[in-house]
Amino acid sequence: MNADVVREVFFWGVGAIMVIAALRVVTTQNVVHAALYLVGTLMGAAALYVLLLAEFVAWAQVLIYVGAVVVLMLFGLMLTRAPIGKANYDNSQRPLAAVVAAVLFGVMSWILIDAFSGTELELAGENAPRTQDIGAVIFSSYVWPFEIVSVLLLAALIGAVMIARRDEPEADKEVGS
Amino acid sequence: MFELNLSDWQILLVKLGLVLAIVPAITLVAGYAEHKVMAHLQHRLGPMYPGGFHGWATLLADGLKFIYKEDIIPAAADRKVFSLAPLAIFVPTVLTVLVLPLDETLVVEELDLGLFYLLAVSSISTIGMLMAGWSSSNKYALIGALRAAAQLIAYELPIVLSAAVAAMLAGTLSLNGIVEAQEWPFVLWPPGIGLIAFLVFFGAGVAELTRPPFDMPVAESEIITGAFTEYSGMRFIFSTFFPEVANMVIISGVATTLFLGGYQPIVPLGFLDAVPGLVWFTLKTAFMVFMLLWIRPTFPRLREDQLQKFAWKFLIPTSLVLILAAGAWVLYAPEGLK
Repeated sequence: MNADVVREVFFWGVGAIMVIAALRVVTTQNVVHAALYLVGTLMGAAALYVLLLAEFVAWAQVLIYVGAVVVLMLFGLMLTRAPIGKANYDNSQRPLAAVVAAVLFGVMSWILIDAFSGTELELAGENAPRTQDIGAVIFSSYVWPFEIVSVLLLAALIGAVMIARRDEPEADKEVGS
Repeated sequence: MFELNLSDWQILLVKLGLVLAIVPAITLVAGYAEHKVMAHLQHRLGPMYPGGFHGWATLLADGLKFIYKEDIIPAAADRKVFSLAPLAIFVPTVLTVLVLPLDETLVVEELDLGLFYLLAVSSISTIGMLMAGWSSSNKYALIGALRAAAQLIAYELPIVLSAAVAAMLAGTLSLNGIVEAQEWPFVLWPPGIGLIAFLVFFGAGVAELTRPPFDMPVAESEIITGAFTEYSGMRFIFSTFFPEVANMVIISGVATTLFLGGYQPIVPLGFLDAVPGLVWFTLKTAFMVFMLLWIRPTFPRLREDQLQKFAWKFLIPTSLVLILAAGAWVLYAPEGLK
């Protein structure tokens, strides 16, 4: 079987799954189902990264988005409100959201097509991206963005602890008794 | 990379078949061991009875019992999510086996990023737990699922961080590479760092398995097997027994690979090289599995807040310090010592 055909079939198959899952995320009446459909979209993105030989990004996508972000979303939903069956949390901003999504889609597509249209990458063999190279680049050329993101995440972490901690320090002692 | 021909597809199918055959087989062996070891440790007569000699038919009887049980889906449950949840727990478990090197060349798929792949794929099953707990429309199930998610997220961090220590010392994320980089006496070198990282990994591993003393998400005496309260028959087997036992073997295998020298002989004696690496790997993994079995009936269950404290206030800071120490060792240790 021709390798290119296999790749094409995979690409369009995964793409179709992603689009359907993404549409269901916004059309389903159940918030938990929406979060679960999101898993389908995110896993599809990971599969596309694998198809592009970007293994590191693919597994990072699975570990962070599927394993942590969606889990946190589900966790938050289930702690607050996640009824089984239909529960309509839609509000009057639905048309506005559709417009924003359409504009965002247009702008992103335009930027990507404008920047990379016609570019062909030969990824196989010698040119295959290696994790070592990614690591080397992050910690040399991109060390400043990396450090800034680190500080930002640290600030978010400390902020979360500050919000979550109890105000009165006495409360801790009472729990133990 | 994409030069596919018929033989590639055949190889893929054979590999897939092997994995799908071996994982249940290993799970059955480990499940059998669990029955017997716990029966001996607890002086229990039940598991020693079925079939006559040493109760050899216990597992068979257990399996038959579950096959014949009625498959119940509660009326108020979300049917689709309820039936998909066991799959979401079971499939990632099987997928993690793909990268474990059983011997120098005996690995289903040698990935450059083996360790990272393993950690990523194993994190998916948390979603399965949440799906099971929510879709059951049962308070106990929901509490169990939330406990499970909180626990799995909390203990994912020490696992990833202590595995990162092993990767830093080896200088690679490939599991084969990590095994090759280890030299006798494996976990004891570099002094302290290896052993503490191993203990952190193992402790967090027990919690990831939600086995006692960290079994609050399935605590049968308070929340009746948590997320799986409403599951019965084969669905129950595929969502609890099977993934738990298979994950027990996998965690043991990963600990063996990362810290205990994988398929290398236990002591560096020349004549031991004749023994196949698979034997060493199996022996070490079996030893780790036995430790896990031993822990289960030995320790009482912790409290939920103690569990969270143990992860966030002890294991995670410890593993962060370990990463600093490992980095310092890699950079500054004298050449002769490494």
